Amino acid sequence: MGKIVAVTGNEAVAEALRQINPDVCAAYPITPQTDMMQRFSSFVSDGKVDTELILVESEHSAMSACIGASAGGGRVATATSGPGLALMWEMLYVASGMRLPIVMPVVNRSLSAPLNIHGDHSDAMGARDSGWIQLWSENAQEAYDNTIQAFRIGEHMEIRLPVMVCLDGFIISHSIERMEYLDDNVVKAFVGEYKSLNPLLDIENPKSYGPLILPDLYMEYKRAQHEVMTKVKDVVLNVADDFEKLSKRKYGLFETYRLDDADIAIVILNSAAGTAKDVIDQFRAKGIKAGLLKPRLFRPFPYEEVADAIKNVKALCVMDRADSFGAYGPLFIELCGVALHLQERPLMINKIYGLGGRDFMPEHAELVLNELVEISKTGKVKTFKEYIGVRE
Amino acid sequence: MKIPGWKELTPGAVILQAGNATEFKTGSWRSFKPKWKEENCIQCLFCWIYCPDMSVKVKDGKRGEFDYDFCKGCGICALECPGKKGNKAIVMEEEDK
Ligand code: SF4
Ligand code: SF4
Repeated sequence: MGKIVAVTGNEAVAEALRQINPDVCAAYPITPQTDMMQRFSSFVSDGKVDTELILVESEHSAMSACIGASAGGGRVATATSGPGLALMWEMLYVASGMRLPIVMPVVNRSLSAPLNIHGDHSDAMGARDSGWIQLWSENAQEAYDNTIQAFRIGEHMEIRLPVMVCLDGFIISHSIERMEYLDDNVVKAFVGEYKSLNPLLDIENPKSYGPLILPDLYMEYKRAQHEVMTKVKDVVLNVADDFEKLSKRKYGLFETYRLDDADIAIVILNSAAGTAKDVIDQFRAKGIKAGLLKPRLFRPFPYEEVADAIKNVKALCVMDRADSFGAYGPLFIELCGVALHLQERPLMINKIYGLGGRDFMPEHAELVLNELVEISKTGKVKTFKEYIGVRE
Repeated sequence: MKIPGWKELTPGAVILQAGNATEFKTGSWRSFKPKWKEENCIQCLFCWIYCPDMSVKVKDGKRGEFDYDFCKGCGICALECPGKKGNKAIVMEEEDK
C-alpha cells in the first residue's frame, strides 16, 4: 500500500527521484525548481540514494553532463525551470539527437524580460521542437506519477528519447496538496534495472557519439527521429496501463472531463484545468453541456485521438499560458492541426491567460464558457485571439 | 560506399565500428601538398610527431612517404622540418601545379 501525504509538487517529484535512484544527476538551481533539487541533494548527502550528483556552473553544463553520463550508460535525471531551460537549448537537441533517455522535470516558469519567476508555459513551449517527449501534469500527484512513468517511456528500447515532465511553477511546485506516494519497492520494480544502449563505458566495444553528419545524411537522421516519435503514443499508453495496475490511477494521452456529450469545451494544460473543471460543473448544473480536454502528452501530439474526442463539440476555446507574439498561442496552433483531421470542425477561439504567474480565476473560465455559449448559438467568432485577465 | 536510407541508421548517429575514419578519405580537402626531399632529411621525425593527421608514415624507425589519402596539406610538417644545413626536407607545392 502507498502512503497518503501532504506535500508540495517539488517535494513529490524529488521523492519520485529518490525512489528511482538514478545513477547520475547534474543540476543547477533555478527558481522555482530550486527546492526540488535541494531536497534531492539532501537525499544524496544523507546516503538515501547512490546517485552521483554533479554540481555544475550553468544549465548548459548540467545538460552537457547529463548527456555524457547518459551516453556513458547510466540512468540520468536533472530538473530546471524557465531561463534555465532556455540556457540548455543547444544541448536539448543534442540529447534527443543522440537518443539519450534523460528525464527532466520542468517546473514551468516565464521567460525574461521583464524578469519574472512565476508559473508560465513559455519555457517548455519554446522547447517543443527539440525532440523531447513532453508530459504535462495538473497537480503534484500527476507530476509524481508522470516522473515515474517518464523513465519507462524514455528508456523503452524502441524509443530511447529524453522526456520532460512539466508542472506549473509555484502554483504546483510550492503548494501543499494531498496525494499518494507509492512504496519504494513498487516504484523500483516498476522502473526496473536500467538497460543501456550502446554505452560508451563498454570499453570492449569502442564507439563514437556525436559525429559530423553532412548534407548527404543529416536529413535521414532527422527523418528517423520523427519515426521514433510516432511510436511514443503506444508506449505511453502501455506504460499507463501498467501504472494503473499498481496505483489505481488512470492515465492516457490526454484527460477528458465531461466531454462526451459536450457542445462547448475548453482545452487547457496543467494546473488551470483544475479551476476550469469546477466551473464546468457549475455550467453543467445550469444545464449547459460544457466539457474539457487537458493534454498530457504534448510531444508527440496525438492529433487523431484529440480530433476524435472533440468531433462533436460546436465551440471550442483553446487556452494558452504562453504566447507566440504575432501568432496564435502554441496549444491553439496544435488544435488547428487537430482540426485538419475533422470533416466538420468546431468553431475555435484562442485565449492567452496567466502569463508570468497571473492567477487563473473561476471568473475567467466563466467568461470563456459564456462566450462559447454565444458562439455556439450565433455560429460567429468575433475575435480569434484575445488576452484574458489583463488590464486595459 | 552506398549511402544508407533513413531506416538503416544506428540510433542517435552512434558509430559502432571503431576506427572507421580510415574509410573516409580526406586527402581531397588539400590545396597545398607537402613534398619530401629525402636528400635533405636528417630523420629527426619532427614531421611525424607534429602531423595532426598521422599522414607521415614511419617504417622500421625511418621516415617514409606521405599518406596522401589523408594529408590535408596544413603545412605544419614543412614549418617544423629543420632539414639539412638550412635546406628544408619538406616543401609545400600548390595542388595541380
Ligand atoms: S601537410 Fe599537414 S597533414 Fe599533411 S603531412 Fe604535413 S602535417 Fe600532416
Ligand atoms: S622533419 Fe624534415 S628532416 Fe625531420 S624527419 Fe621529417 S622530413 Fe626529415
